[in-house]
Amino acid sequence: MPELYIDGQRISVAAGTSVAAALALAGDGCSRSALNGTRRAPLCGMGVCQECRVSIDGQRRLACQTPCRDGMRVETRR
Amino acid sequence: MNARRCADVIVVGAGIVGAACARALAQRGLEVQVLDDYRGGATAAGMGHLLVLDDNPAELALSAYSLQCWRDWAPRLPAGCAYRNNGTLWLAADAEELALAAAKQQRLSTHGLDCELLGAAALRAAEPALRADLHGALKVGGDGIVYAPNVVDWLLAHEHIRRCRAQVVELDGAAVRLADGRRLAAGAVVLATGIDAGALCPELPLTPKKGQLLITDRYPREIRHTLVELGYVKSAHQATGPSVACNIQPRPTGQLLIGSSRQFGSRDPGIDGTLLARMLKRAVHYVPGLATLNAIRCWSGLRAASPDGQPLLGPHPHRPGLWLALGHEGLGITTAPGSAELLAAQLCDERPPLPVAPFLPQRLLPEAADA
Ligand SMILES: Cc1cc2nc3c(=O)[nH]c(=O)nc-3n(C[C@H](O)[C@H](O)[C@H](O)COP(=O)(O)OP(=O)(O)OC[C@H]3O[C@@H](n4cnc5c(N)ncnc54)[C@H](O)[C@@H]3O)c2cc1C
Ligand code: FES
Repeated sequence: MPELYIDGQRISVAAGTSVAAALALAGDGCSRSALNGTRRAPLCGMGVCQECRVSIDGQRRLACQTPCRDGMRVETRR
Repeated sequence: MNARRCADVIVVGAGIVGAACARALAQRGLEVQVLDDYRGGATAAGMGHLLVLDDNPAELALSAYSLQCWRDWAPRLPAGCAYRNNGTLWLAADAEELALAAAKQQRLSTHGLDCELLGAAALRAAEPALRADLHGALKVGGDGIVYAPNVVDWLLAHEHIRRCRAQVVELDGAAVRLADGRRLAAGAVVLATGIDAGALCPELPLTPKKGQLLITDRYPREIRHTLVELGYVKSAHQATGPSVACNIQPRPTGQLLIGSSRQFGSRDPGIDGTLLARMLKRAVHYVPGLATLNAIRCWSGLRAASPDGQPLLGPHPHRPGLWLALGHEGLGITTAPGSAELLAAQLCDERPPLPVAPFLPQRLLPEAADA
């Protein structure tokens, strides 16, 4: 059961869970904010639309293409 | 032809050129009907770089005049048009290119344009993200950027302009036939359908030059000017074979828009991965840090090229009532305002702001044998 942090909130998920799924389980389900402040969330779930861009351990990643790992720090508000 | 007269002028095509023509005509008090079937064209695909080009005197006159129009429009453009007067840096990689930059400065200065030659150190200070061994650059201060699709909406929001979704399938002088069978007539028809004009007017000598672009995610802003390699002029005009050149444009969002490529003869909208890779390598060659950024989209578009590289602006020589605003190749977002003024002035019998001869369609449409 990997344990990770989404905007500082600790959550543990089943092995093999994607970060996109973890976002849906914790918080508002969103991965980032648009320039005008609107929250944006994963859409296609298959690495095409790029809506699920999120900061993971300081790197931009696609939440739907990234499996959760122990100790990950996911930030949706930067 | 029993057609209903619907306006003083029908403009076919609501890309940036058709929209600018409609606006220029409406400002002269004419009622304008704009028709577009929303298939989309170059305006939505382009980079929106507003730049002076000086390969020949006609191009320099039209682009410089148009840049002045853009700067006049700037205070009225809505925020969504993302206009910025951020200037272009023409990058010189070696002594030969620096000499090209100096010659370009000479030509632009003679035309009264704001430009400044930067040496290697000044260039590094201006754009530290560039590779360190460049010889310098020419800075063209009046150049800018814009988001063209939103400019189209702004241009068409005018009391004398009506915009309607319709596909034109046939031209007949100052009348058109629509896909639903209706016929509409006016005092004049302006054809501004970009590369698709050939379907309505097969005698037009327009060929597609495909281009591919890529945009990155948002990052803290490190690049301020639009960065173009001076080799661009060489590669853009290379007659055969696909070519690439470094063209990096900072968007107001913090994204970087990266171009550019040119490919003759293809109308296939698909991405050519090998050419895209060549293009990105060229950009990374100039700004090494790009290699660590994420891209979020790439797409392609078609530039409508005329044989001499200049647009066709004016009456069709053999079809009374039909006017052409076509063939803007890779510079139509920049030159839309000037093109529109040249077209509207001819249509309304005014004195045009620039000499029109280099742009008259008749230069490329010789007399029909039986005319
Ligand atoms: C990759 C790329 C990068 C570019 N970068 C720049 C740049 O940085 N700066 C610059 O100045 N220019 C640039 N350009 C060039 C610029 O985009 C074009 O010159 C310009 O957009 C042409 O505008 P237009 O209105 O003539 O044509 P289009 O934008 O193609 O508009 C034609 C319109 O006609 C409509 N239409 C077509 N046929 C019909 C029909 N039968 N019935 C009804 N409607 C119809 C279409 O739906 C479309 O809206 C670039 C072009 C490309 C491809
Ligand atoms: S949800 Fe579309 S790319 Fe991840």
